[in-house]
Amino acid sequence: MKFIDEYRNEALAGKLVEEIRRTVTKPWVLMEVCGGQTHTIVKNGIDRLLPDEVELVHGPGCPVCVTSLEMIDKAHVIAKRPDVIFCSFGDMLRVPGSQVDLLVLKSRGADVRVVYSPIDSLKIARANPHKKVVFFAIGFETTAPGNAMAVWQAQKQGITNFSVLVSHVLVPPAMTTLLQSPLNRVQGFLGPGHVCTVMGYEEYEPIASRYHVPIVITGFEPLDILEGVLMTVRQLEANTAEVENQYPRVVRREGNRSAQELVNSVFEVCDRKWRGVGAIPKSGYKLRPGFGDFDAEKIFEVEEIDTAEPAVCISGLVLRGVKKPHDCPAFGKDCTPSRPLGATMVSAEGACAAYYAYGRHLQHEKSNVPHSMQGTNNGR
Amino acid sequence: MAGEGRPDVQQHGGDIGALMGSCPLPLPEYQEIVLAHGSGGKLSQQLIRSMLFPEFQNEFLNVAHDGAIFTVNGTRLAFSTDSFVVNPIFFPGGDIGKLAIYGTVNDLAMCGARPLYLSTGFILEEGLPMQEFWAVVNSMRTAAATAGVDLVTGDTKVVDRGKADKIFINTSGIGIVPIGVNICPERARAGDKVIVSGEIAVHGIAIMSVREGLEFETEVSSDTAPLSDLVSVILGVADIHVLRDPTRGGVTSALTEIAQSARVGIFLDEARIPISEEVKGACEILGLDPLYVANEGKLLAIVADDESAPVLSAMRGHPLGRNAAIIGIVTDEHPGLVTMKTRIGGTRVVDMLSGEQLPRIC
Repeated sequence: MKFIDEYRNEALAGKLVEEIRRTVTKPWVLMEVCGGQTHTIVKNGIDRLLPDEVELVHGPGCPVCVTSLEMIDKAHVIAKRPDVIFCSFGDMLRVPGSQVDLLVLKSRGADVRVVYSPIDSLKIARANPHKKVVFFAIGFETTAPGNAMAVWQAQKQGITNFSVLVSHVLVPPAMTTLLQSPLNRVQGFLGPGHVCTVMGYEEYEPIASRYHVPIVITGFEPLDILEGVLMTVRQLEANTAEVENQYPRVVRREGNRSAQELVNSVFEVCDRKWRGVGAIPKSGYKLRPGFGDFDAEKIFEVEEIDTAEPAVCISGLVLRGVKKPHDCPAFGKDCTPSRPLGATMVSAEGACAAYYAYGRHLQHEKSNVPHSMQGTNNGR
Repeated sequence: MAGEGRPDVQQHGGDIGALMGSCPLPLPEYQEIVLAHGSGGKLSQQLIRSMLFPEFQNEFLNVAHDGAIFTVNGTRLAFSTDSFVVNPIFFPGGDIGKLAIYGTVNDLAMCGARPLYLSTGFILEEGLPMQEFWAVVNSMRTAAATAGVDLVTGDTKVVDRGKADKIFINTSGIGIVPIGVNICPERARAGDKVIVSGEIAVHGIAIMSVREGLEFETEVSSDTAPLSDLVSVILGVADIHVLRDPTRGGVTSALTEIAQSARVGIFLDEARIPISEEVKGACEILGLDPLYVANEGKLLAIVADDESAPVLSAMRGHPLGRNAAIIGIVTDEHPGLVTMKTRIGGTRVVDMLSGEQLPRIC
């Protein structure tokens, strides 16, 4: 498929791997920020093609994973109401709250619907005037413009039976928190390509220089990841710490100004609690007061909910790149995608779920490829 | 005395606990059925293996094939059943009636059998437009004629509005297994080749393109087709070890089940798996992996290495196998697992779905 296959070319991937091998002289720890990047890495076995010196650790950029347990429990309280149609992105449905997940609530009769776009929930609201339609507005800066647009249009069109449960999070404060942690091992970042499509990458420049870490804004196809690794390793070897753009076919330094204006007109920055990480100041969005009529938390007056995560789960350490999924004693045993204990086992973009989906709990670290199926470029 | 009868009725008729006796539920983590129990992935397998197999176990069921094969008066018969609940009932390239005929025809064909007779059971929802039922019936008649089977017995039931989704159909069928044909999952052995009869994931994408809330424009239409003729062609050129039609759960679930039954490993080459541009595009947009998406007119064949070339060429000579390809091999490494060389040369496990395949957020 055009514009996809070019970025999944085996021969070109082999050349990039060779170039990384030639460039690297000592061990480096790189973090890919986005869950989508983690997914590509594990799905394509990219980490196993890299030389041993390059260690990839997986970042906090899985929006479903970091949505706080309190917020998910609030969502469940709202979704259970008989007068509500609860709309969500698909991979939120399996995320466990303190009791159950949205799929179970659906099986018990709650009207829970998967939508691909928040605008679809506006359509549902128009078609069901006697129901209250709630959209679970989660995600990073990437999904913020779409969610802002839904609220903005609802106000413009006078749709009164629509609201959003907002749990937006922002990448730069999370990166700063990681870098300030005494446990931090990360020496360079593959930056979040789609977040920067919206926001640009100016705001990453002070982080790179203050903490002396290279940040390479990187795409999501296998060749994007490999090129991002190469550019980061080159900087590390040269002891530079700049923001570079591997993903210029999509990302510009200033980002998408009109999307930013829309987001800023609907949302304002607030403190936000991250699942597995804790509260981070100024790390989220909430609705501006002018859009209070669309705020599901206000409309349904959901009380603060006490929650507790299972003690065995190390997802907080996984999200901060301190541990790998298979370092956890529960991984693949007591904790699986159908019975997840923690944040990172819940979405395809979560590091634990990606490791599980692509069989890392079943497979030895470096499996052998049968000779008769070996390609020219089989890595090590 | 009426009063005396009551406790008796409650004890035996109204109390599920009494009916279950002291047996604990085999799947304690689920107190109710969820949709993923029907998705063809791990939860479906768990449900069948922990609640049905142990309760009904016998030599035929234990083979875990698409149908049972048994001998009656010296004739080997295959017997299979399938239920159809697709939504919407009409979709590009087919409808629930066509699917119901071909589904059971194909299950019989995967046993190596020549399908002969089908039964059908209809569960109809009150309010179903008579025109739609008539269209389904006509489609079934045409499909049965195409597949060369007779529909010889049936049943209809009607339930209250809202208690079913328009129409549910069950079909069962029997067929004759020719002498010398021996197809079963356990026969996959190291060195065998895995062949797919054409482009994968077509049916699932065709259904999704018209599902409420997901409508998108595509030229993909369902590949639903009777595979019995294609099967008889390849049975004519080789001793086929295993056949499977990768319906719900997709290619991954079918191959994982075979790997587990035969205690072998299966190694796929992603670059060799045929996928049409349209399906690839739809999967990219929807965030779905085509390896998990349902097929209706495709089969997977596992054959000895030295017979793979004639089988491939016989398939390609048949209208339903024009895009057939060898996509992998059976190995004695990592028994029970399907692994894959990825497009860029990495390797990974291709595991069954844990639940339903859900679209990712971004």
